[in-house]
Amino acid sequence: MSTKASRSAARLMISPAVVLLLMWMIVPLVMTVYFSFLRYNLLSPGATPWAGWENYYWFITDPSFNDAIWNTLALVGGILVITVVGGIGFALLLDRPMFGTGVIRIMVIAPFFVMPTVSALVWKNMFFNPVNGIFGNIATSLGLQPIDFFAEIPLLSIIFIVSWMWLPFATLILLTALQSLDQEQLEAAEMDGASWSSRFWYIMLPHLARAITVVILIQTIFLLSVFAEILVTTNGGPGTATTNLTYLIYVSSLLQFDVGMGSAGGVFAIILANIVAIFLMRMIGKNLDA
Amino acid sequence: MARAVSTKQKSINTAIAGTLGFLMFFPILWILILSFKTEEDAIRAPLEVLFSSGWTLDSFGAVQARSDYFKHFSNSVIISVGSTVLGLLIAIPAAWSMAFVPSRHTKNILMWMLSTKMLPPVGVLVPIYLIFRDTGLLDSRTGLTIVLTLMNLPIIVWMLYTYFKEIPGEILEAARMDGASLREEVLYVLTPMAIPGMASTMLLNIILAWNEAFWTLNLTAAKAAPLTAFIASYSSPEGLFYAKLSAASIMAIAPILIMGWFSQKQLVRGLTFGAVK
Repeated sequence: MSTKASRSAARLMISPAVVLLLMWMIVPLVMTVYFSFLRYNLLSPGATPWAGWENYYWFITDPSFNDAIWNTLALVGGILVITVVGGIGFALLLDRPMFGTGVIRIMVIAPFFVMPTVSALVWKNMFFNPVNGIFGNIATSLGLQPIDFFAEIPLLSIIFIVSWMWLPFATLILLTALQSLDQEQLEAAEMDGASWSSRFWYIMLPHLARAITVVILIQTIFLLSVFAEILVTTNGGPGTATTNLTYLIYVSSLLQFDVGMGSAGGVFAIILANIVAIFLMRMIGKNLDA
Repeated sequence: MARAVSTKQKSINTAIAGTLGFLMFFPILWILILSFKTEEDAIRAPLEVLFSSGWTLDSFGAVQARSDYFKHFSNSVIISVGSTVLGLLIAIPAAWSMAFVPSRHTKNILMWMLSTKMLPPVGVLVPIYLIFRDTGLLDSRTGLTIVLTLMNLPIIVWMLYTYFKEIPGEILEAARMDGASLREEVLYVLTPMAIPGMASTMLLNIILAWNEAFWTLNLTAAKAAPLTAFIASYSSPEGLFYAKLSAASIMAIAPILIMGWFSQKQLVRGLTFGAVK
């Protein structure tokens, strides 16, 4: 099939996608790296002198950087634990025979399709609001003091909201993986007298290992960039209690107009994401028999 | 699950899964209910809300009157459909040639395309913002469409590639044996078999573009703001607008919820890049 003519035609067909993606990747990336070495603030127009590593130094020694790193780790880690453990649970549950599987499945998966700004605002107002929210109402009717979620446990509240959105994703992927498990293997183990827990530990979990890794890696890529949920609920506060790396870079770039510093942060975020990406790419690459 | 399962066991499973599923779905159900209530009813205690008698469509009208909802809705439609169609136009030839005329570079190209997707958007926020400012693309639907096209292009290429790969080469050979020309081969054999894959790719990408909330929030203001950014304007506490917020939210998520239900299976393929099947 691959004659010389069809090969050059193929190259021609690929090139628009390759050229566009190359530009989309290289141009802004080079600019970010370049800006990160300049003293460049949009509020003070004029010369943009070379700054060396200054921006990196100030970005990293800023006390909010420290907070942002910890918040980012807590956010990603917390959400991963909740979604992976919950996702395994949901997947095992939904894999069982029951009535109305389709409807139940749809109810579980639905939150994934809700746009981030909607889910954040709905949880913030309708549930977490200490006066009018449902949680506040329940607490009051039980005679308890309602919790002011975003003042008392701001980071946990955001972890909760984002987990609600990503739990369906983990469930869906783990369920897909679970359904590809050979049922005869499970039945054979059962006939040999293996208990449910040993079937889970020795057959199901190893079978799910790959899918779990994929869920962890893909979610990490997305969760490092959690932004909208923070913007519409806490604006990174109180103080820096919910400022993650993405939000911190947004603050220095678009609120303080410090292009140099924001770019230094951007380079930092790219490096962090790449560490995860390398592992993910390897796993995907192994599966690709091109 | 070939074995017979007792009805009792099935009922227990249904009860547990149903309860948990209901809890997951509850926030969506709740805003659906609130969207048909008056503002006074919407902030009552939950049980009072349920049993308050008034049901009204006022909130939906109020949302439109307050802030030209349909402008933002059409922004969302134009940006998400536009970027998806544009992406498909660029991606179809690329995926097509990689699937049917693979070379030794194909795998590397695919992996490289994927790696562009791993770039955190915030890493290129400053340059994109400045480029947009200088070219007048800030707060324009054109600019946002371009960004979302490029952002989702790797996913589109990948999904199409995996679908095209599944079309067996023998069919093409058979068609050629029967004397089909290349044009006929593409038009009458390949295209019909590729259409389902293209349709689900399109569906998933409209969903992703519709819900995208980093670039839409940072690159738009009043004029080109799609629904993600419009809903964000409800975060300012200028009084309590539960019913209106609910109505606006329901209208913003309903189309995507419906599309999402149809594309559950494609979601796994599209978002794991074939790593989970």
